[in-house]
Amino acid sequence: MPVPQAKLDALAARIAGLDLARGGWAGAARAEALARLGAMGLPAKRDEYWRYTDPAALIAPQAPHAATFAAADEPPVFDGIERLRIVFVDGVFDPALSDDLRLAGVEIELLSRAGQTDIHWAREVYGVLEARGQAPVQRPLAALNTAFADEGVLIRATGRAARPVALIYLHRSETSDAILHHCIKVEAGAELTVLESGPAAARFNKVMEVDVAAGGRFHHIRAQGRDHGRRAATHLFARLGAESLLKSFTLTANGVLTRNEVVIELLGDDGVAHIAGAAVGDGAFHHDDTVFITHAGLRCESRQVFKKVLMNGAVGVFQGKILVKPGAQKTDGYQISQSLLLDGDSQFLAKPELEIHADDVKCSHGSTSGAIDEVALFYLRARGVPEAAAKSLLVMAFLAETITEIGDEAIAADIRLRLQNWLERHGR
Amino acid sequence: MTVLDGGLQPEMRAGVDRETIETVQAMAGKYKYGWETDIEMDFAPKGLNEDIVRLISDKNGEPAWMLEWRLAAYRRWLRMEEPRWAMLKYPEIDYQDQFYHAKPKSMAGKPKSLDEVDPKLLATYARLGIPLKEQMVLAGVEGAGEPRRVAVDAVFDSVSVGTTFKAELAKAGVIFCAISEAVRDHPELVRKYLGSVVPQTDNFFATLNSAVFTDGSFVFIPAGVRCPMELSTYFRINAENTGQFERTLIIAEKGSYVSYLEGCTAPKRDTHQLHAAVVEIVILDDAEVKYSTVQNWYPGDEMGRGGIYNFVTKRADCRGARSKVMWTQVETGSAITWKYPSCILRGDDSQGEFYSIAIANNAQQADTGTKMVHLGKNTKSRIVSKGISAGRAQNTYRGLVSMHPKATNSRNYTQCDSLLIGQGCGAHTVPYIEVRNNSSRVEHEATTSKVDDEQLFYCRSRGMDEEEAVALVVNGFVKDVLQTLPMEFAMEAQALVAISLEGSVG
Repeated sequence: MPVPQAKLDALAARIAGLDLARGGWAGAARAEALARLGAMGLPAKRDEYWRYTDPAALIAPQAPHAATFAAADEPPVFDGIERLRIVFVDGVFDPALSDDLRLAGVEIELLSRAGQTDIHWAREVYGVLEARGQAPVQRPLAALNTAFADEGVLIRATGRAARPVALIYLHRSETSDAILHHCIKVEAGAELTVLESGPAAARFNKVMEVDVAAGGRFHHIRAQGRDHGRRAATHLFARLGAESLLKSFTLTANGVLTRNEVVIELLGDDGVAHIAGAAVGDGAFHHDDTVFITHAGLRCESRQVFKKVLMNGAVGVFQGKILVKPGAQKTDGYQISQSLLLDGDSQFLAKPELEIHADDVKCSHGSTSGAIDEVALFYLRARGVPEAAAKSLLVMAFLAETITEIGDEAIAADIRLRLQNWLERHGR
Repeated sequence: MTVLDGGLQPEMRAGVDRETIETVQAMAGKYKYGWETDIEMDFAPKGLNEDIVRLISDKNGEPAWMLEWRLAAYRRWLRMEEPRWAMLKYPEIDYQDQFYHAKPKSMAGKPKSLDEVDPKLLATYARLGIPLKEQMVLAGVEGAGEPRRVAVDAVFDSVSVGTTFKAELAKAGVIFCAISEAVRDHPELVRKYLGSVVPQTDNFFATLNSAVFTDGSFVFIPAGVRCPMELSTYFRINAENTGQFERTLIIAEKGSYVSYLEGCTAPKRDTHQLHAAVVEIVILDDAEVKYSTVQNWYPGDEMGRGGIYNFVTKRADCRGARSKVMWTQVETGSAITWKYPSCILRGDDSQGEFYSIAIANNAQQADTGTKMVHLGKNTKSRIVSKGISAGRAQNTYRGLVSMHPKATNSRNYTQCDSLLIGQGCGAHTVPYIEVRNNSSRVEHEATTSKVDDEQLFYCRSRGMDEEEAVALVVNGFVKDVLQTLPMEFAMEAQALVAISLEGSVG
């Protein structure tokens, strides 16, 4: 089918001010991504995949204005966690704020430098996983990212990483428009934890490609920052080998528009992928989790756990899919998406899909939406718990299933604290 | 189920089980409705254009407004595109390679009564097991008091051939006739309601139907009347290359009740045949409509040759407060099924229910489900969908539950389960859930699994062969839905479930 002219026009307008970085292995990958992008155009509101989220602000030629935000009421997230810090300010690497990039068990490089060489392990990852993730559903914002990102980190774990690697995204300019592209390779039997935090920019387009080899383990925990005016479109593409593991958790509090896409392929046998997300929104808040998990190997397990707490007109979206390919027998797929609507103005829009082409599988999905359970609230009130505390307790209980997906207890406790503080600030 | 009261229930159940097993054993042929009746037919020329639309209207002796309505739909259809979003793969349909009107010759001059109908036609329906002339007494419920009677409207290719029990229905004030007759005899009702639930502009297939529908049933239940018997329509496509486009309109006035049954069959053919029907139901305050379908169009052979392409738009509009609609469907036939019986819950406290069994075997593809649109306060809906895939078949549940901001204190519960038999088939679930207020509760659950080996082993160890064992397990899987069907349909459906899965194991 020919690409509608409007999508091509939108693309031309969007990339008019962007430079395609040339040279090195990355230059070739960028050119290919640009060709992919040209065959798709940019997303439009009428696209089935964007039926619940209007991409207009994400594809506009200029990033919409977003006030910066300095939180003095709580320490920055993950501050208490022993980690290696890599700091980007409005999408630009800041060596002064970052730690030394040397870490036992891990090689860390910057895309801007390593991309200029001719041979590099990241060639097998950069744009490769993104391209695989373009079917059956097109993700033009990711292709745009591959073509125009000139910065990001390339992390290769060869053993057990001594500390988590923390990517910290600071937002200082009210009009910044950041594009970052990270590649991560977890070699056979290696283990790595990556933390991400902060809003990054007024508008942020980020792609993370993760290649986990047989027996590798990858943990990903992210907190998307408290700036309210920011907009973000992020993609996590992952490919999992035999007996490997990937766990990803995202906390989103505030942000006028967030679209987090996760695309996972379980290629080897006995792989495990858990994706979880907790989103809390008050007022002008539109949060979209779009997840696509493909089971190709035998006996793989996947879990999608997404919960949203919404108030004052906040909108929560969940589009999740489990695709079981022919022959992917003994698949265990689970998906739950729930929302708690704290008032009558908020909305929850969900499309939880299953597509199953193998018979010996166990797949289930559940989706619910509703208000706080009055009976449970009454129970707590009857036992002397003040209303605000009782509500907060019930909201935390509602979100608990997502937080249990974080393996590290110190990190989980930090996330729990953020949620509690948020609920307190927002009067619950 | 009024006849199922008290002590009769256990005996009846035992009877059904025995009968089912006997029926299943007795049915040697794969598709027992696959013969064709050799009756002289009157065809309108092949293809579709304004003249054909005029001809259909003329043959039905329609007034000018009806023709205009059709032509408006036809002109609109020309500008529409066939939807391709469903998970269905089929070759391009040539809409010019179809007959849009076929009518048994003996119907050229309308018969005055059933006695004048071509005996071959009546024999056809007798072979289908449809009691056109007789009352139906059910096996296992003798002594249940007044025997149950079913009024039947039978549609053969394009034309309604006879409606039974008309006089008795008329006594109760119920109008049950062919829609072509209703256009002539009750134009005020048809004009008021036709297209008010499924507008001409609704979708590609509904618009096509609006232009070329030839016949179908019309039901009007006046206020406060509980229809004294079940109403039933049997559709049969007989002639080759014929599209059947029936249109059904049901109006339940305040406080009325009707249970309506629909069954469909077609002969075996190597070519695909098109079926694009529209059903509209209008339900006013406190009224209730129960609509049950056993869709058993010819599914095509094991290789996917032939079979009906079934594109159906069914929608009930619960306009009145406390109105209620219940859709039950057993979809075992058709090469392609594209069907989403929907409920518009407009009236406060209205209720919609959807129970579905969709079985796809061999090369069949089904994309079916429902839409529950909650507009009124305190509205309730329930969806129970059971999909079974075997062979190389693809079975998709596609549904929408939408809670509008004003539909406060509403409730939805959705359960969709899929069962897979064999490695080559697929089962898919595509639900859309849209919640726009917080006093409503929406719950959706879906599971996919294969036929339980332990259950099969249990049955096999008690002497059943594998096919019997699968049929029994599958009947258990779909039990929740079968129980919502009127009894005579439940028995037929249970037998159909077993037949549809023949050849799927071993």
